[in-house]
Amino acid sequence: MDLQGFGHLLISGTWVTIQLALSSLLVGLVFGLTGAAAKLSKNPIARWLATGYTTLVRGLPELLLVLTIYFGGSQLLMWIAGSFGYTEYIEIGPFVAGVAALSIAFGAYATEVFRMAMMEIPQGQWESGLACGMSRSRTFFRIILPQVWRLAIPGLGNLFQVLLKDTALVSVVGLNDIMRQSQVAISSTKEPFTFFMVAACIYLLLTAATTAFTMFMERAANPAARGNRG
Amino acid sequence: MANAPTALELKDIHKSYGDLAVLKGVSLTAYDGDVISILGSSGSGKSTLLRCINLLENPSRGEIIVGDESLELKPAKDGNLVAANRKQLEQMRSRIGFVFQNFNLWPHKTILENIIEAPIQVLKQPKAEAIARAEQLLEKVGLADKRNAYPDNLSGGQKQRVAIARTLAMDPQVLLFDEPTSALDPELVNEVLAVMKELAEEGRTMLIVTHEMRFAKDVSSQVIFLHQGQIEEMGPPDQVFNHPKSKRVQEFMASHS
Ligand SMILES: Nc1ncnc2c1ncn2[C@@H]1O[C@H](COP(=O)(O)OP(=O)(O)O)[C@@H](O)[C@H]1O
Ligand SMILES: [Mg+2]
Repeated sequence: MDLQGFGHLLISGTWVTIQLALSSLLVGLVFGLTGAAAKLSKNPIARWLATGYTTLVRGLPELLLVLTIYFGGSQLLMWIAGSFGYTEYIEIGPFVAGVAALSIAFGAYATEVFRMAMMEIPQGQWESGLACGMSRSRTFFRIILPQVWRLAIPGLGNLFQVLLKDTALVSVVGLNDIMRQSQVAISSTKEPFTFFMVAACIYLLLTAATTAFTMFMERAANPAARGNRG
Repeated sequence: MANAPTALELKDIHKSYGDLAVLKGVSLTAYDGDVISILGSSGSGKSTLLRCINLLENPSRGEIIVGDESLELKPAKDGNLVAANRKQLEQMRSRIGFVFQNFNLWPHKTILENIIEAPIQVLKQPKAEAIARAEQLLEKVGLADKRNAYPDNLSGGQKQRVAIARTLAMDPQVLLFDEPTSALDPELVNEVLAVMKELAEEGRTMLIVTHEMRFAKDVSSQVIFLHQGQIEEMGPPDQVFNHPKSKRVQEFMASHS
């Protein structure tokens, strides 16, 4: 794939997109699990904070989040650092800003996916763990979470699909992802159709791979559905 | 069994949900080897009583003693008693087996994994030892060939037998059964009762909430009749089943025979 010498540029852009998507996924899963635990917690402040988080983030366009964190984030960090007497210019790179924005967005939706999954686990699953003498946290990690995970995978797969496409937004703050690299190629070759088609094919390949991986994960997390083992 | 050591003692257990008093001072003692059946109509507080013993419900008042160890309790904000010492609670729970009406097996684990989970996680048994013990127990409940199956692929009667094996793997001092056969199709009830009868004959200490009158009469050393959160009558099976003193128990027996 030479593409008039721009092939390697698009490959490096693909790599950046993949890194951005996977990093945002990892951080976003942590936000989602924390958000769900907070929403189901007995503590009213935790519930209130989590509801505020999901309501706010789900009501805002992702582009606004990206721009706010990229431009506003530097300002905020400098303001905080300034109050400690640090006055150098601080910049949030486009990659970090992108991960922050996309994982915050992903986490808000994942909160709902995890919350619904947690509510589907019967109380008796907790009780049989506790009744054996397991602690609450051990019961959560050994008994509840694997079942939550299994229920959440399809929903998380959909969210990751959206996240993957939203990575293109981060090109507006200068991240050299697929989107931006194809625009660079277009501006020197003047062949928008070719390069947008190439970009489209790369995104389609990535989303298809995601779908396949989600299906694999669903099967892996649900051995019972495959029948007896061994 | 009055000369045997005490396995479980409940002193003056009370439990209220808001204004609704569900248990109004229940005391009982199970000596080692006792099989105590708890009868009573629906809503009389049988499940609540069993669940208070291992603090799946928090009693409002009372004392729980397993062996010679009293469970340390302290009042919480909502007026109920909670464990004062989390480690002690977990340790006591590991000595009290609980068999649920709905089995509550873990669907993401195989039958064998269900049984070895708590021995490994709680008792810190080496895995090989836990597996060897689990295989013995599966043999005992007649399910050795199901070790690699998942709970969803078993019948209700098989699930309950696995749940019993899972409980036995902890080698508990007392076994609590909350209507273990009520969720089963009638033709599957006997396979579970047979396992329980075998445990009774081995001398296991058991508290059994059940509606299986013939079984209760057959295996119990003591029978308790609960009515509106209080013990209406307690005694050996011959007394409670054949010559109950309480009029209520007489009526209950008449309608359940
Ligand atoms: N979590 C709860 N909240 C409020 N009331 C409850 C709760 N659990 C049980 N009860 C009430 O306590 C009473 C006794 O219930 P239970 O112990 O389940 O009776 P049994 O097992 O004898 O049928 C019932 O009136 C029931 O409605
Ligand atoms: Mg009940």
